[in-house]
Amino acid sequence: MSSTAVFGAEADVAGDVSYDGPAPKRIVVAYGFWIFLLSDIVMFSALFATYAVLAHASAGGPDGAQLFDQRRVAIETGCLLLSSYTCGLMWMAVGARNTGATYLGAAVTFLLGAAFLALEASEFAGMVMIGATPERSAFLSAFFTLVGCHGVHVTFGLLWLAVMMAQIATKGFRPMVERRLLCFSLFWHALDIIWVGLFTVVYLMGAR
Amino acid sequence: MNLLGKLSWSAIPLDQPIPLGASVAMILAVLCVLGWITLKGHWPYLWREWITSVDHKRIGVMYCILALVMLLRGFSDAILMRSQQAFAAGGAQGYLPPEHYDQIFSAHGTIMIFFMAMPLVIGLMNFAVPLQLGVRDVAFPTLNSVSFWLTASGVLLTNISLVIGEFAKTGWMNYPPLSELRYSPGVGVDYYLWSLQISGIGTLMTGINFVTTILKMRAPGMAYMRMPVFCWTALATNLLIVAAFPVLTADFVMLLLDRYLGFHFFTVDGGGNMMMYINLFWVWGHPEVYILVLPAFGIYSEVVATFSGKPLFGYRSMVVATMAICILSFLVWLHHFFTMGAGADINGFFGITSMIIAVPTGVKIFNWLFTMYGGRVRFHVPILWSIGFMITFALGGMTGVLLAMPPADFVLHNSVFLIAHFHNTIIGAVVFGAIAGYNYWFPKAFGFRLEERWGAAAFWCWLIGFYVAFMPLYAVGMMGMTRRMQHYDDLAWRPWLVVAAIGALVIMAGIACQIVQLVVSIRNREALRDVTGDPWNGRTLEWSTSSPPPPWNFAVLPHVTGIDAFWTAKQQAHTQAAGRPQTATPAQAPDYAPIEVPKNSPIGFITAFFTSVTGFALIWHIWWMVILGVVGAAAAMLVFAWREQEEIEIPAEELARVDREFQTELAA
Amino acid sequence: MSLQSHDRAPGDDSTRALTREDMLSELLVYTIGLVLAVILTAVSFWAANTTLLWPPGVALGLAVLAIAQMGVHLVFFLHITTGPDNTNNVLALAFGILTVLLVVAGSLVIMASLNANMMPPSDMMNLHMQH
Repeated sequence: MSSTAVFGAEADVAGDVSYDGPAPKRIVVAYGFWIFLLSDIVMFSALFATYAVLAHASAGGPDGAQLFDQRRVAIETGCLLLSSYTCGLMWMAVGARNTGATYLGAAVTFLLGAAFLALEASEFAGMVMIGATPERSAFLSAFFTLVGCHGVHVTFGLLWLAVMMAQIATKGFRPMVERRLLCFSLFWHALDIIWVGLFTVVYLMGAR
Repeated sequence: MNLLGKLSWSAIPLDQPIPLGASVAMILAVLCVLGWITLKGHWPYLWREWITSVDHKRIGVMYCILALVMLLRGFSDAILMRSQQAFAAGGAQGYLPPEHYDQIFSAHGTIMIFFMAMPLVIGLMNFAVPLQLGVRDVAFPTLNSVSFWLTASGVLLTNISLVIGEFAKTGWMNYPPLSELRYSPGVGVDYYLWSLQISGIGTLMTGINFVTTILKMRAPGMAYMRMPVFCWTALATNLLIVAAFPVLTADFVMLLLDRYLGFHFFTVDGGGNMMMYINLFWVWGHPEVYILVLPAFGIYSEVVATFSGKPLFGYRSMVVATMAICILSFLVWLHHFFTMGAGADINGFFGITSMIIAVPTGVKIFNWLFTMYGGRVRFHVPILWSIGFMITFALGGMTGVLLAMPPADFVLHNSVFLIAHFHNTIIGAVVFGAIAGYNYWFPKAFGFRLEERWGAAAFWCWLIGFYVAFMPLYAVGMMGMTRRMQHYDDLAWRPWLVVAAIGALVIMAGIACQIVQLVVSIRNREALRDVTGDPWNGRTLEWSTSSPPPPWNFAVLPHVTGIDAFWTAKQQAHTQAAGRPQTATPAQAPDYAPIEVPKNSPIGFITAFFTSVTGFALIWHIWWMVILGVVGAAAAMLVFAWREQEEIEIPAEELARVDREFQTELAA
Repeated sequence: MSLQSHDRAPGDDSTRALTREDMLSELLVYTIGLVLAVILTAVSFWAANTTLLWPPGVALGLAVLAIAQMGVHLVFFLHITTGPDNTNNVLALAFGILTVLLVVAGSLVIMASLNANMMPPSDMMNLHMQH
């Protein structure tokens, strides 16, 4: 058998090819992370579906209309949306290899994300204090789990952001670090997309 | 507060002879293996070449070994159940008390599906897909290693439940409210949930890995419609994994929250709705059976075409049928709970979709038959399994279409008729296909073929044993026998169950034949040596490499211009050689360039170590250990994130040298 | 092997912003996205609280606004387009959306049917109490 690597008729490499061979690593990594994000969104959808099914199962306890504070939710939404914007700015700084602007963008994103979490934590604490705990009813279990799961993702995102800043400080903007930052920005934007669904379904529709 | 949570000496089953005996046997077996490795000094080799390997071929082999060992564990549960049911009729109580029997059928299902069938098909996909795509490895080799070790972690936890504590008694589906804390206060359900959550993460990572590999990493020229059918079925399977497993994760998370923190998702009180668990479980559960069967279908496509010496009939319709099954598998899930209260309109919708989904599978069966028709079929072991599959699976599929009718299902739901149906399809398609794939690709993985006479004996024992074991269950299910019975009063069922038990023994003989086949093949490996890399006159790219292939698979990535790329190349080489005069100039040496291969890493093993510790601690409520486990895993990941060298460079001379060695062997 | 990529990574912009004009246009894209998202959010909050709209239509309107805002995020922040270099990304997204729709809609329809046909425990309790 011939030891050449051409399998098939004399191949016209330039014109015939419908595929160039394995894609560059940046595309492979980002696409893989994109698939992971889609799987994460499917997991959220199962929690969403459960919330929708259990939204009125308040077992005689407090329901959404009584508990939800729309003003706080509006501020949380603003924080997260703005942090998505500053994340985009940070990514632009990464593209321009501007370390200072990257750190600034990251810091603002981090603070806005932390503000979101602080507001959410205060909301949860307030509910717990008046007895609206997740153990009270199925509705509350579903609420705390769905919103809490999003909060856990945001927390993990903030930890990841901090680690990425440490990686830029110690390794610079090498390709591996840039790929990871691309994945982070995908993650952060996806979290805001999920939040859009969350505040609409849980807080706005649930308050009626 | 107790330092060891709920753990105490009473967790070890010293007062129950059968679990104690099984535990001792298992521990002895493990110690023997570990001891032998230590005595022979194999640990450095194992650590370097296998445990820290990120090579898809090695990981694939490890998955298959794990699966085959778990086959023995799951099958011994089957023997226990069959023998218990053969004895425990009328006044006789059998030898397994109900609390034990419940754990046995729960463990049997859980192990066979999650720790035997899944790892087996994932292992075969791991081994073959990158080779068939003409590339060097999957998209994320290190993640691949993590996936394997997380699966192993789940296996470890489930097997520990035999020795320390108990397993779930709720059946492999673990429905609430029985699986809630109120009715299952022990650790069994927690073992089930944490084992499956951990291995589920590994499986999800595999899904992501393979979708990315198949869509983004193929040899130059390999367009989608030039991929081998096994790669198409692998794509569909992994898309299903990515779409379905997150639902199971969410379902289990909610049950865990109920059990650990007193939430009310599925509880009887507090507004919980237990049907939501069942609904979400089957949203995952139905795609899961297609995750299991699609790779098997792909294997049959490869095997039937190769051993008929003909291209696969209807490549395009195979691809369309595969992707149709992928989408349709998300439209049928309610047929698993027709009897649980939905209205006739909903039941009718899902009944119709369940019947429609049989159509693409029928297309595939016709395509395989038409491939064999007009071909010269060479009856090696893989094609025996394929023919056995076609008959057996067609039968199982027919009983499935019968069950798809809600009125029929109302009579037969949860009877042993159902048990017979799903074993008919899973054994007939998945197990037969996996064994066919194992025989087919074994020479590629290890460099020598499996012995064929013992292989044929194994096949006949499995085939005959399967029918003897499960056809009686169809009959006795029609007579009214429910599933999961530790004891029954209707003596008319007994003869059938005795026959079924004999069938199980025949299958056991089949498994014994496979073990003998392996031992004999290893002993006679020089006589069975595969020198050319192409023992079956294959059609796809994996057969163009040596057996086993070099770590990097292809020194130069092949350039592909059509389906069955390797077959076309062989035909051309023959015509060129025929047309050339005797003094033909040798073919040009390819243009070797240095390549980068991913570096081995212990991160998979280390992560699995910490998940096992964390899982065990969570099960037994040892909170300080949970924290340690989580912190350890996080620390390991951080260390890994800072590693400097991700890849190793292989110089062009090394590639050329290995290639030349292979060419010399071929010429000889 | 040619480095001419047919595909773009999801989340990546089409060209590396090298010149000042490129950077400004990229900044504009993000800013427009932010403004649109803020508007959609504000309208959502207003729609949920106003008495001017027909109540059953509000839920539908909120859903439409949410989907629109998710689209804004995808296009302006994640640079997902319908160009040929984005086909794989869009197909994957479509597959994910299909799965989400099937899971959520399917579950809601099924659970509604189950709840309607199976008497809820609280009612049974009431019946029981009445004896």
